[in-house]
Amino acid sequence: MQYIIIIISAIFVNNIVLAQFLGICPFLGVSKKTSTAIGMAGAVAFVMTLATIVTYLIQYNILVPLNVAYLQTISFILVIAALVQLVEIILKKVSPALYQALGVFLPLITTNCAILGVAILTIQKDFNLMEGVVYAISTAIGFGLALVIFAGLREHLDLMNVPKGLKGTPIALITAGILAMAFMGFSGIV
Amino acid sequence: MMAKRESSFINMLVTLFAVTFIASASLGLVNEMTRDAIKKANIKAQEKAIASVLPKFDKLGKSLMVLPKDGPDSLELFPAYDAQGKEVGTAVKSYTNKGFSGHFTIMVGFKPDGTISGYEVLQHQETPGLGSKMGEWFRNKDKPKQDIIGKNPGKVNFHVSKDGGDIDAITAATISSRAFLDAVRRAYNTWKNESDGMSGSKTKNEAQTEGGNS
Amino acid sequence: MNQMKNFTKGFLKENPVFVLLLGMCPTLGVTSSAINGMGMGLATTFVLVMANFVVSLVKSGIPDKVRIPSFIVIIATFVTIVQLTMQAYLPSLYESLGLFIPLIVVNCIVLGRAEAFASKNTVWSSIVDGLGMGLGFTFALTLLGAVREFLGSGKVFGLTIYPEHYGSLIFVLAPGAFIALGYLIALINKLKKA
Repeated sequence: MQYIIIIISAIFVNNIVLAQFLGICPFLGVSKKTSTAIGMAGAVAFVMTLATIVTYLIQYNILVPLNVAYLQTISFILVIAALVQLVEIILKKVSPALYQALGVFLPLITTNCAILGVAILTIQKDFNLMEGVVYAISTAIGFGLALVIFAGLREHLDLMNVPKGLKGTPIALITAGILAMAFMGFSGIV
Repeated sequence: MMAKRESSFINMLVTLFAVTFIASASLGLVNEMTRDAIKKANIKAQEKAIASVLPKFDKLGKSLMVLPKDGPDSLELFPAYDAQGKEVGTAVKSYTNKGFSGHFTIMVGFKPDGTISGYEVLQHQETPGLGSKMGEWFRNKDKPKQDIIGKNPGKVNFHVSKDGGDIDAITAATISSRAFLDAVRRAYNTWKNESDGMSGSKTKNEAQTEGGNS
Repeated sequence: MNQMKNFTKGFLKENPVFVLLLGMCPTLGVTSSAINGMGMGLATTFVLVMANFVVSLVKSGIPDKVRIPSFIVIIATFVTIVQLTMQAYLPSLYESLGLFIPLIVVNCIVLGRAEAFASKNTVWSSIVDGLGMGLGFTFALTLLGAVREFLGSGKVFGLTIYPEHYGSLIFVLAPGAFIALGYLIALINKLKKA
């Protein structure tokens, strides 16, 4: 039961992009086409889940026992950066097809605040490892959902007659605002 | 300007080691310098909250941690006394996990007869403009249906009116309101249990049946 | 290089938020009030200036291949310093900015300036660049915060301008952040052309 609540609230109610404002850069940057949006979402899901597991283990097996919790930010970001590199290298060797699909997005992920954000939130919310993993996966799904819907909207937007001053980013932001409004409707379900 | 150092393996190793070493050393230093101030800031915030939820008191008793029957973490009770050593009330640091964004903590003050003398929201992530209103909403003297000050959770039904209770929820923020009342009930039940236990358990579980975690 | 130009470019011509579109997460996340926007902006400015300063100081000692990880460590150090200092001396602001303080680490502006400017320029102009960019960021966040606070709750910096119940709550909530920023950028685009 508590897993279902975590899943629904992470995907819909507290959507990482539209309600918590994390991962806005890729949300605006790679949402011009649906196919790239899907690729980005896949890469994020992969790294986010891995990063949450690794940072969780570091927090409770290294930082807390040594009483150096204040090194959380610095160690998490280093681990994430290293992890992204590692994933890139392994993927290139093991599965060239997957690397083809996700490769270009991987370097961008280090500075995606959603990854570090979820890693820190998992600690702040006092989740155990299993809950953390479920939370990370569903957050990634929420991210993907927002990204894909938004990319679809933007593809249509390209064909529309937008007032001159609003062309480009402004109209994209306003569209995102309306999408966020729609997502607010989910708040009643948990 | 110096020439750029080459990216030889040994150079990279030395650089990275030096950078991380200096970084963690300086952070250790800053942590050392701010640790006491952080502790003091936390204690000060807590004392301020206790003072604001209780009637005037002269000294605080020893605080105690009590595990509630309906929650995973313990609550902290701060009994307060006047100059003669008579109890004027108890501040209870309570929490709920049912908020719109999960966990939040509040401080509630109870007079010895169980009426609420005040409350303070300590730390929360509820939606600004909606759930975040709980800091003022439940102490509005002009709206008796939403005011909880001076009410006794043992006598008044501390649920939102939508769920058949006696307290009006914040407009458009029923979840936050439910969670808030959940935290108040948990504070009351724990406090009641504890004070009954100390003064020779008279009407012990009276409040539980009504105010439990439903 | 003209230091004055270097300093002022961050405000309008190369404003990190309105023009370069960097650092969007904190921009949208913390601007539910003007004071929060300003606090976040100043915290970021401190990190930007210090990171630019240190990076330009040590740039020749760092081999190219480990450039980025070294920069990240330097930035993360200053972010943690901000985090600890705020917790100690400004606890209420720290509470309301929450998660976004540690996330300054991944703010693209900071790494972007370290990589694009400080690693190629002198110490002094790097500090000026960091200060200009940081204050431009602060300006953008304070402006967006003030607009949202004004439309949403009838206040600016906590001072009531008109009664709160006439405000439209949506601007304090998530969707309002996107919409207000969208219109502000459109306005700035218009101003730049004129």
